[in-house]
Amino acid sequence: MAEIKNYTMNFGPQHPSAHGVLRLVLELDGEVIERADPHIGLLHRGTEKLAEHKTYLQSLPYMDRLDYVSMMCNEHAYVMAVEKLLGLEVPLRAQYIRVMFDEITRIMNHLLWLGAHALDIGAMTVFLYAFREREDLMDVYEAVSGARLHAAYYRPGGVYRDLPDSMPLYQASKIHNANAVKKMNENREGSLLDFMEDFANRFPACVDEYETLLTDNRIWKQRTVGIGVVTPERALALGFSGAMLRGSGIAWDLRKKQPYEIYNRLDFDIPVGVEGDCYDRYLVRVEEMRQSNRIIKQCISWLRQNPGPVIVNNFKVAPPKRESMKQNMEELIHHFKLFTEGMHVPSGEAYAAVEHPKGEFGIYIISDGANKPYRLKIRAPGFAHIAALDEMARGHMIADVVAIIGTQDIVFGEVDR
Amino acid sequence: MAANLNLLTTNLTTIFTHQIVNLENKLGELTLVVSDIDMLEVLTRLRDDPNLRFEQMIDLCGVDYCTYGSDICEGGAYLKSDIVPDAYPSRFAVVYHLLSLTHNIRLRVRVFAKDDDLPILNSVASIWPCANWYEREAFDLYGIVFTGHPDLRRLLTDYGFVGNPFRKDFPLSGHVEMRYDPEQQRVVYQPVSIEPRELVPRIIREEHYGGLK
Repeated sequence: MAEIKNYTMNFGPQHPSAHGVLRLVLELDGEVIERADPHIGLLHRGTEKLAEHKTYLQSLPYMDRLDYVSMMCNEHAYVMAVEKLLGLEVPLRAQYIRVMFDEITRIMNHLLWLGAHALDIGAMTVFLYAFREREDLMDVYEAVSGARLHAAYYRPGGVYRDLPDSMPLYQASKIHNANAVKKMNENREGSLLDFMEDFANRFPACVDEYETLLTDNRIWKQRTVGIGVVTPERALALGFSGAMLRGSGIAWDLRKKQPYEIYNRLDFDIPVGVEGDCYDRYLVRVEEMRQSNRIIKQCISWLRQNPGPVIVNNFKVAPPKRESMKQNMEELIHHFKLFTEGMHVPSGEAYAAVEHPKGEFGIYIISDGANKPYRLKIRAPGFAHIAALDEMARGHMIADVVAIIGTQDIVFGEVDR
Repeated sequence: MAANLNLLTTNLTTIFTHQIVNLENKLGELTLVVSDIDMLEVLTRLRDDPNLRFEQMIDLCGVDYCTYGSDICEGGAYLKSDIVPDAYPSRFAVVYHLLSLTHNIRLRVRVFAKDDDLPILNSVASIWPCANWYEREAFDLYGIVFTGHPDLRRLLTDYGFVGNPFRKDFPLSGHVEMRYDPEQQRVVYQPVSIEPRELVPRIIREEHYGGLK
């Protein structure tokens, strides 16, 4: 019998399937993982410490940079925590807009996850398909906030501004002539809501396409069925949340169980897995995209019928209107104070959590009554998931580690903070 | 949720008759303070008792209370004020956020570490396995030592990092910076060259400032 020697292998930090900067130290027995020791922190920027030195409004854009594939959901947890401390009542229209963008964000996140996960384990086409739809959602982000990624759109007390009446249009260029551009702009002639409605109508067929490529694909199943199995008991003990928990068969979703904003007025279902393996988590996330699409449709029809304010009318928290600021001394003072000194949040502590595409994303703020948080703690779902990588990967092959990292939907912006 | 919170308050007061240091219901959130001696017993009971059943530890975070209520800042680090009375019994605390899926309720537990110079608490990694990394993080950032932890190493900071960056006396710009030295042809560490600065001063106004709560 040949003598087999155990050895230790370094994986990452620069590896295409490490999803950023993950360094794994793997102890191997042949090709089988005996122990996986993830080294994180290569993207640690000290967001929580920075927030202690910034006013509440200045910290908001940092939230986009945590989980940089689901930007607005991060902001949502942050503004909810601040609103809880301030005791603010958010206008209903702002709540609908937030929920709609949360679900847009969820679809964006899952599209990136699906594309990247499939690419990691050998399917090229899905990535291209997924990014085609993701591009449309990026345009929606851009139309509403001016930025494709780091939107900084939510504000304590509402959202920055109402939905725009027009979408940005393609221009004719060397690549696309006037006729082609006209065709590309067909669904962009109306308002943002018209564009989103068109998207919501064609998106289910797109999800069918992804499923055609993967769900019954023999290679896909060989790579995911029975890989990274987590029992419901272990999933709870390991602090899993979101699709990682639901994939193991626990029907837990904050949108249903502890509804925030207007989720209790909406009609949607929570998909749940059975086996707790990578394949079930894939099915759960694909179904979540369909459910998000349903929610978006309901939000669109409500938003069409109900115009109204999108941010609270409290100048200690939200700036006054530009026109009135130019004419009234008092509004000018409010504006000046808000952007130089910032808002004062009453002393106390609050924890607010949202059902983020990756799981439970929570913000814990301790305030001592100053214009900056005394302590801000970010509860990132990916942190608990990557901590369980060792347990999930044990006994699997090296190639399966890639599948497990993919199924955990790791983004280092939030893990390292 | 409010009815649930009242029920939980009653349950907690009956189950932990002697261990509760403080139990507070604010902003619809329940905060339980227990002493470091009782913590393991209380937390185990919180997980296992059928009336409590906090199966999940959602979050664990360290807190440094030493400059609470003070707005003095010098050289990028916050300083303790002599005027402000100590709001908290000791400098370091660990805050646990627990979630019960059975009863659909949350609870916050705070435990203070008695010794300010060498804060030591018991590890809860045996109660909730996910605490492993959270405790490593608190150890890294605050220097809180968790006894009984299986593998207490630094987690987020650089290999060979010195200090506990989230302590209030640690300046925002840090102590060392890193750059590539073309002469030595390698990366070198040197003391920070940037001036610490505070763009917006920290200001604490009176209670109910601006009519807010």
